Amino acid sequence: MSEGHSTYTPKTGIERWFDARMPLPRLVYDSFIAYPVPRNLNYAWTFGGILSIMLVAQILTGIVLAMHYTADSTLAFNSVEKIMRDVNSGWLLRYLHSNGASFFFVAVYIHIFRGLYYGSYKAPRELLWILGCIIYLLMMATGFMGYVLPWGQMSFWGATVITSFFTAIPLVGDWIQQLLLGGFAVDNPTLNRFFALHYLLPFMIAGVVVLHVWALHVVGQSNPTGIEVKSKTDTVAFTPYATIKDAFGMIVFLFFFAYFVFYLPNYLGHPDNYVVANPLKTPPHIVPEWYFLPFYAILRAITFNVGPIDAKLGGVLCMFGAIAMLFLVPWLDTSKVRSAVYRPWYKLFFWLFAANAIFLGWLGSQPAEGSYVFMAQMATLFYFVFFLVALPVLGLIEKPRRLPNSITEAVLEKNKGGGHHPAGATAAPETKG
Amino acid sequence: MKKILTSLALLGLVVAGTGAIAAEDANNAAAPTHLPINEPKEMDWSFAGPFGTYDKAQLQRGLKVYKEVCSACHSMNLVAFRTLEGLGYSEAQVKTLAAEYTIRDGPNDAGDMFDRPGKPSDYFPSPFPNEEAAAAANGGAAPPDMSLLAKARGVVRGFPRFVFDIFTQYAQGGPDYIHSLLTGYDQTPPAGMVIPEGTYYNPYFLYGVSLKMPKPLSDGQVTYDDGSPQTVDQYSRDVSAFLMWAAEPHLEDRKKTGFRVLVFLLLFGALVYLTKRKVWAGVAH
Repeated sequence: MSEGHSTYTPKTGIERWFDARMPLPRLVYDSFIAYPVPRNLNYAWTFGGILSIMLVAQILTGIVLAMHYTADSTLAFNSVEKIMRDVNSGWLLRYLHSNGASFFFVAVYIHIFRGLYYGSYKAPRELLWILGCIIYLLMMATGFMGYVLPWGQMSFWGATVITSFFTAIPLVGDWIQQLLLGGFAVDNPTLNRFFALHYLLPFMIAGVVVLHVWALHVVGQSNPTGIEVKSKTDTVAFTPYATIKDAFGMIVFLFFFAYFVFYLPNYLGHPDNYVVANPLKTPPHIVPEWYFLPFYAILRAITFNVGPIDAKLGGVLCMFGAIAMLFLVPWLDTSKVRSAVYRPWYKLFFWLFAANAIFLGWLGSQPAEGSYVFMAQMATLFYFVFFLVALPVLGLIEKPRRLPNSITEAVLEKNKGGGHHPAGATAAPETKG
Repeated sequence: MKKILTSLALLGLVVAGTGAIAAEDANNAAAPTHLPINEPKEMDWSFAGPFGTYDKAQLQRGLKVYKEVCSACHSMNLVAFRTLEGLGYSEAQVKTLAAEYTIRDGPNDAGDMFDRPGKPSDYFPSPFPNEEAAAAANGGAAPPDMSLLAKARGVVRGFPRFVFDIFTQYAQGGPDYIHSLLTGYDQTPPAGMVIPEGTYYNPYFLYGVSLKMPKPLSDGQVTYDDGSPQTVDQYSRDVSAFLMWAAEPHLEDRKKTGFRVLVFLLLFGALVYLTKRKVWAGVAH
């Protein structure tokens, strides 16, 4: 993107005319055609593109849904059913949008875990990583508020539970909660402001995505070896190499997405959300959407007071702390080596962390009672140990494997060593380790 | 890598073991710790699976059960008569069917409310004037609206079944539950279990050991004219299928479209993959 490296030469008169006035074709050419990408990127690197199409798809389906939706507590539930029953292809739009949110999170979790595995957050990509964390936070807010809009039982009670977190904050907690709700309980004002914000936030996400991509194009992509690009032979042009690979990744992702939209559209939802919200009737188990479950488990794991911090505030602090950890990762990791491929101990801890995160998610879906509480406490402990102990300590004591001198060398070594792998083998490098 | 996978698998086993122990505790029949007491029976439904379609004869029988039995207490106010064409009825039949109902309309020019026969654009009228009346007439709890019941009920599947459900496309939790509940009466509660007065024991009920709805169906209660067995089991299957249709009228359309979309993505994906191979052929990566 930086002007200094531009290789764009306008060929036609029109292009020259534009280039002299507003070099938009040059920007597109430099960003999406000539932009050099490391030649060794695996399919884990296609999720950036996948996330962009998911964002666009969510915005498009969302705008059409908003044309038919009514944000009023007495009408919202039935307006969604009107979409499902009477609007042309309304069922498709609505299922695309509700499952699209879930698959947006599937993609973002793979994207984040890819970054953690390959150390993509390390200098000079700290800002790129933090912008990504901000996008993730905005996505969580958007997803939460979107789930409230159908005004089902889980919408209502999920909103009640989640906004009640804020009352744990000393002094200003109640005031913040009332500001969020527009009253003392979840009601019509809550629905109205959530709808307004649910419409606004995706555009803020799009804005931060622009910054995220901008930062990416300044520092360049990381790659599975974690070694910086050193020469021209380390890279290939974005088009056609990355575009065609990203396109294939997107189609595979869309295949899984479509499978759920058309065959299991309610699998990721909760049956109670097909019951209209009733402030007088609490569902037996209130569970948030699946993508919040690990954090929900952490919230409920804190059942004890620590000094002046009571269990409720402790849970809220741990939950927000769990997200805050992500922002600190670039400085918690002390390793000089980026990629887990060359870090045997970090690799082990990474996979334990991934398994632990899934385990926390499962615990979040279980009632907070009996042995589940203890398991959630242990899993929460490990969650924080990974960030606060494993990341700083491993970097200091671990002896990394020998690093290749360059991306090109790594690629050639790999192809020589594994002669039986065809050039187009699709397996990710870690499975070949 | 192999070592890591082995240790992960071991960890998984330990975790699963602890979970199983947690689930085992205190299984006292008189005071069940898990609801429902019995899991719903999984039935064969014509609308299950990737090529599932509604059995229109079954839906028509189910509508008959709804009209003659359920509708005495349960509303279905999101379902319009016009949509009954989806059950295989002609426009004229729907008109006749709608006209059987009396709809309160108005106000007219004089400002009065009036009754008129139903039109296809009307919705199934509620059996009670308001929710309070419905609750008062039914021991304090209003019978739930049936429009979405088949999607609004489902028993938690638990690990590992929820993983298998992705591959088997199990999405019939609602109709399975309704069928099991309707056929789950007439059982003797375990010795020592306290059944509150005015409620009826049903081990399939999701929210307690008993519910306020008495056994609604009995053999021979609804007359079928297509020779189907007139049993509680058949009635329950038919009305469950009908309620699935009421909750998801576009299910067939959805599955049909889905198959086309997946075939398209498969072919398109194959072509893009081959193109990708060709593009990258000269580049070691």
